[in-house]
Amino acid sequence: MTDLTFEDSLARLEQIVGQLEAGNLPLEESLKVFEEGVALARHCAKYLEEAERRIELLTKDEAGAPGTKPFAWEPDGEA
Amino acid sequence: MTDRAVLTVSALTQQLRAVVEERFPAVWVEGEISNFRLYGSGHAYFTLKDADAQLRAVLFRNRARRLKFEPADGLSVMAFGSVEVYAQRGEYQLVVELLEPKGLGALQLAFEQLKTRLEAEGLFDAGRKRALPRFPRKIGIVTSPSGAALRDILRVIGRRFGDLHIVIAGCRVQGDGAAAEIAQALRDLDALGDVDVVIVGRGGGSLEDLWAFNEEVVARAIAASTAPVVSAVGHEVDFTIADFVADLRAPTPSAAAELVVREKQAVVDTLIDLRGRLTRAMTRPLRDLERRVDDVVARLRRGGRGELARAEHRLQLAAAGLRSASPFARVENGRHRLDRVEARMRAELRHAASGARHRLAAAVGRLDSLSPLAVLGRGYSLTLADARRIVRSWRDVRPGDPVRVLLHEGSLDCRVDATREQDDRPHV
Repeated sequence: MTDLTFEDSLARLEQIVGQLEAGNLPLEESLKVFEEGVALARHCAKYLEEAERRIELLTKDEAGAPGTKPFAWEPDGEA
Repeated sequence: MTDRAVLTVSALTQQLRAVVEERFPAVWVEGEISNFRLYGSGHAYFTLKDADAQLRAVLFRNRARRLKFEPADGLSVMAFGSVEVYAQRGEYQLVVELLEPKGLGALQLAFEQLKTRLEAEGLFDAGRKRALPRFPRKIGIVTSPSGAALRDILRVIGRRFGDLHIVIAGCRVQGDGAAAEIAQALRDLDALGDVDVVIVGRGGGSLEDLWAFNEEVVARAIAASTAPVVSAVGHEVDFTIADFVADLRAPTPSAAAELVVREKQAVVDTLIDLRGRLTRAMTRPLRDLERRVDDVVARLRRGGRGELARAEHRLQLAAAGLRSASPFARVENGRHRLDRVEARMRAELRHAASGARHRLAAAVGRLDSLSPLAVLGRGYSLTLADARRIVRSWRDVRPGDPVRVLLHEGSLDCRVDATREQDDRPHV
């Protein structure tokens, strides 16, 4: 599940909630997707907590090979 | 006649050339283009004409390349250049330095021409537009690293959801060569392979300033991008070719950032809402389950009444016998009998349960996956106190009480160690 992007996780969570709310899943299936839903919700919450800010400038060395360097930026004025 | 002055063709042509070229070194001519031919050499030849006359014209490679629009037959133009005599063919022609469409400005015409062409190619089709990812992790920005547009975009992203990975592909956004740099920057971002969405743009400026975004190379690079592209060129009123090709046009760079990045708070709210709905949605099937378990027990009691009643009766007899037995031997004997009766009752209960299972299976066949007996099969159990009272709450028993746990297969006789109001079942 960690392979899922945040977007995929949230989409799957929405799907699960929709299925449970529709109320026509067999109980066993309900429990299974419920557990998956709980795990997904945790995964998403963790992602939001752990997302890190990173701003980079794309660079190229003399041979034209791509690289990056940090881009320093301070919001001015209204920040 | 002997003194007649006779010129050679070359000499005459020489004189004509001197006169013509001295007289018309720099002239504006207006007319309509016809017979326009662009050769592999890059030179273009055409005729300028009006109702009564024609003038040959040539546009050499270095000039032809600089044209913003595409000359075509029927187009009314103004040409600036010098008239030259082409001796070898006895012709004169206009060597064009500047060519401008009449009416529309050259840039406008170029814009319309490219727009028409790309549109016909299907590059603007709604079907080509891709949806933006709702939660991009890596955002590419193609613009000038020192421009106001970049500051606007970063400021908005920082305010809404600062914790994102942003990659800036710097390029010039105006002047000669800017279009090629923008296109290259788009390709560089694409080559990273993991950019979720790209913003390409610049701040406001004149039509000329924004021109790079009307160039075909930029349009092609946007169309070729793997990640969806949001264009953000100039102000609200500025429309460029890039805007038509992009998956989404933002009126300004700030607006592009707002379209691409949701507010973190909104995302958090969405998640909280989903978690709440998840729990509430699960409560109902669990409640259904409880109701069905109650139902089974009721059916068990009803359906197996005869056997159960008999078993209970024997149990009571045994207990009475036990009570009345004074010698230890009889106590032992009574206990032995009691054990037998209990074993019997257990078997009957099971038998009754099995009968009930069949009746219930028929009754709830259409909901068979919800069958409470199937529930026992999945590991749920019923706990009985006094052989028939169902334990629902910690309050129903006291430490030391014997209880019987009915399983999918068989049952367990247990004694309550302790009761707790709280337990550690997981909460969402």
